[in-house]
Amino acid sequence: MKPLSTVTGQAISLREADVDTDIIYPARFLLVTEKKGLGAYAFADRRATPGFPIGEDNDRGILIAGPNFGCGSSREQAPWAIGDLGIRVVIAESFGEIFYGNCFRNGMLPIRLDAAQVAALHDVAEAGGTIDVDLAARTVSAAGDVLPFDIADDRREALLNGWNDTLRILALHQDDVSRFEAAQRRAAPWLWTARI
Amino acid sequence: MARTLYGKLWDTHVVAEADGKALLYIDRHLLHEVSTPQSFEALREDGLTVRRPETQLAVADHSVPTHDRDKPIDDRQAAAQVALLERNCAAFGIEYLPLAGNDQGIVHVIGPELGFTLPGITLVCGDSHTSTHGAFGALAFGIGASECGTVMATQTLWQARARTMRVTFTGRLAPGVSAKDMALAFIGEVGASGAVGHAVEYAGEAVAALSMEGRMTLCNMTIEAGARTGLVAPDETTFAYLRDRPRAPRGEQWDAAVAFWRTLASDADAAFDREIVIAADGIAPHVTFGTSPDQVVPLGTVLPADARFDRALHYMDLRPGDAMEGVPIDHAFIGSCTNGRLEDLRAAAAVIRGRHVADGVRALVVPGSMRVKAAAEAEGLDRLFVAAGFEWREPGCSLCVAMNDDRLPPGARCASTSNRNFEGRQGAGARTHLMSPAMVAAAALAGRIVDVRQVAR
Ligand code: SF4
Repeated sequence: MKPLSTVTGQAISLREADVDTDIIYPARFLLVTEKKGLGAYAFADRRATPGFPIGEDNDRGILIAGPNFGCGSSREQAPWAIGDLGIRVVIAESFGEIFYGNCFRNGMLPIRLDAAQVAALHDVAEAGGTIDVDLAARTVSAAGDVLPFDIADDRREALLNGWNDTLRILALHQDDVSRFEAAQRRAAPWLWTARI
Repeated sequence: MARTLYGKLWDTHVVAEADGKALLYIDRHLLHEVSTPQSFEALREDGLTVRRPETQLAVADHSVPTHDRDKPIDDRQAAAQVALLERNCAAFGIEYLPLAGNDQGIVHVIGPELGFTLPGITLVCGDSHTSTHGAFGALAFGIGASECGTVMATQTLWQARARTMRVTFTGRLAPGVSAKDMALAFIGEVGASGAVGHAVEYAGEAVAALSMEGRMTLCNMTIEAGARTGLVAPDETTFAYLRDRPRAPRGEQWDAAVAFWRTLASDADAAFDREIVIAADGIAPHVTFGTSPDQVVPLGTVLPADARFDRALHYMDLRPGDAMEGVPIDHAFIGSCTNGRLEDLRAAAAVIRGRHVADGVRALVVPGSMRVKAAAEAEGLDRLFVAAGFEWREPGCSLCVAMNDDRLPPGARCASTSNRNFEGRQGAGARTHLMSPAMVAAAALAGRIVDVRQVAR
């Protein structure tokens, strides 16, 4: 996974609330079994709408979104598609929970800020101002304001280092897992029958 | 200390802890063709194997056609995707339930009916409606494709503990009202993101009175309120449903399992972070009017005037002050992991008896699984639906997600038993009204949304 520490530049503003994963990545493109190049399908049914701010020619790394962004399905194609457009940071008041987690696994940073702070960032984005995201410092800076944001320590560390979840668990916790399995086999043997 | 059901499920699965999170052991993993191609690819890239293949079960449901299943799949991409799942499963030693077999169906329908889903387990699937399995008192939640890979390789996932919310439905449901209406009433009350970060436990007299099918409908739609997990404590209804299912424990193991399962209820004095009480006896049939499941009204009311709904109402071609009763529909869909089980088909059939679908309405029944289909056919439900002008199809997700050729044209308006009314969910530009199976049947017969309680028997 590609590490992330700072992202600086202009941002896209998409104010709409409840932008669900079907809007981000319409279901019919889920037939594609690839992971790369999905930016071509991002927001496919919205692009024709006049004034829609995200296109395939996107050159901005930060998206300021409306509340409950990425609600709906678990499809990881949503962050893959957004990431493929070069977006690495999404800032919103709230996120769909599965989407939020999926971002981290793909080297992307979702940031929760309060409604007033997000509104101010929308204004900066629309005015073409620069936004500065610093993961190590946990801050978003824009128009002279420095806004601290919350992020779980383990997620921050993984993103800064570009760690892969699966390989970390295998490297650090194999013995813990084996111990757990031995105990569960005794406590709940019905979960360990030959045919499940 | 007093614990909630969620707390008990959590505590029995912690492998390690760090940074306020737990590495949770995952007992069962369901796979389908859409969310796993990239998961297997990730395993290959890192040269990994599947730790316990016997705990994983795969089936194709999302992109499969619901007709002409004796022929090869027409759509080239769908055919490739289904074939890829089968190949990946063979390569990694995972059991795949073939499309032509008796066990195929929607992941969330087949897990429970095979007894693969059990109380007290952790169960995941690359699909947000995995919350369905919480109806059995299992800690079940949807994950992304990367996590599917992590589960296959490690049998674990790092998770942050959720806050808890108890939703108590007091009293009993009135006739003509179902678990779907309970779910829509709850979502309408808390909003589409109202339960984010929470594990929801459903309780109260109306929940205890629900069949397993009804409880699955309720837990299924929990994700539409933003919560990944919905739960109902296992009880006699649960045990009776699971007994003798093909993969449920047997003999002494069954007895030991049931003894443990009986401990899986929230302690009487357990504290929840949030409590919501809904009077079940006051719930009317609900219908969504917008493009998010929380944009929903009970029948007998009119659409609210609220600027927040402008975009949705424009898309749906409705106006504030409109009543949902009388809105004409041209499509009807009975199916999905929300309402594609036998009880749902029976509820729809009970409304239909002797009547016919209105002119200009295309109506589809898609059983949730081969087992549901066979059971329905044994009762003659297929003949009843066909005689009434419904199409009787093969199992799959179908019009719930419109990834196969069951797709609505722009501007179509559909009465649907599925779970999401998002823009374009049933086809670009199509409009979806979510409601119960009985309500969809009534709408199909009338050619417009009607109150099923007023449809003469
Ligand atoms: S029926 Fe619909 S909600 Fe259920 S698994 Fe299939 S696509 Fe998802």
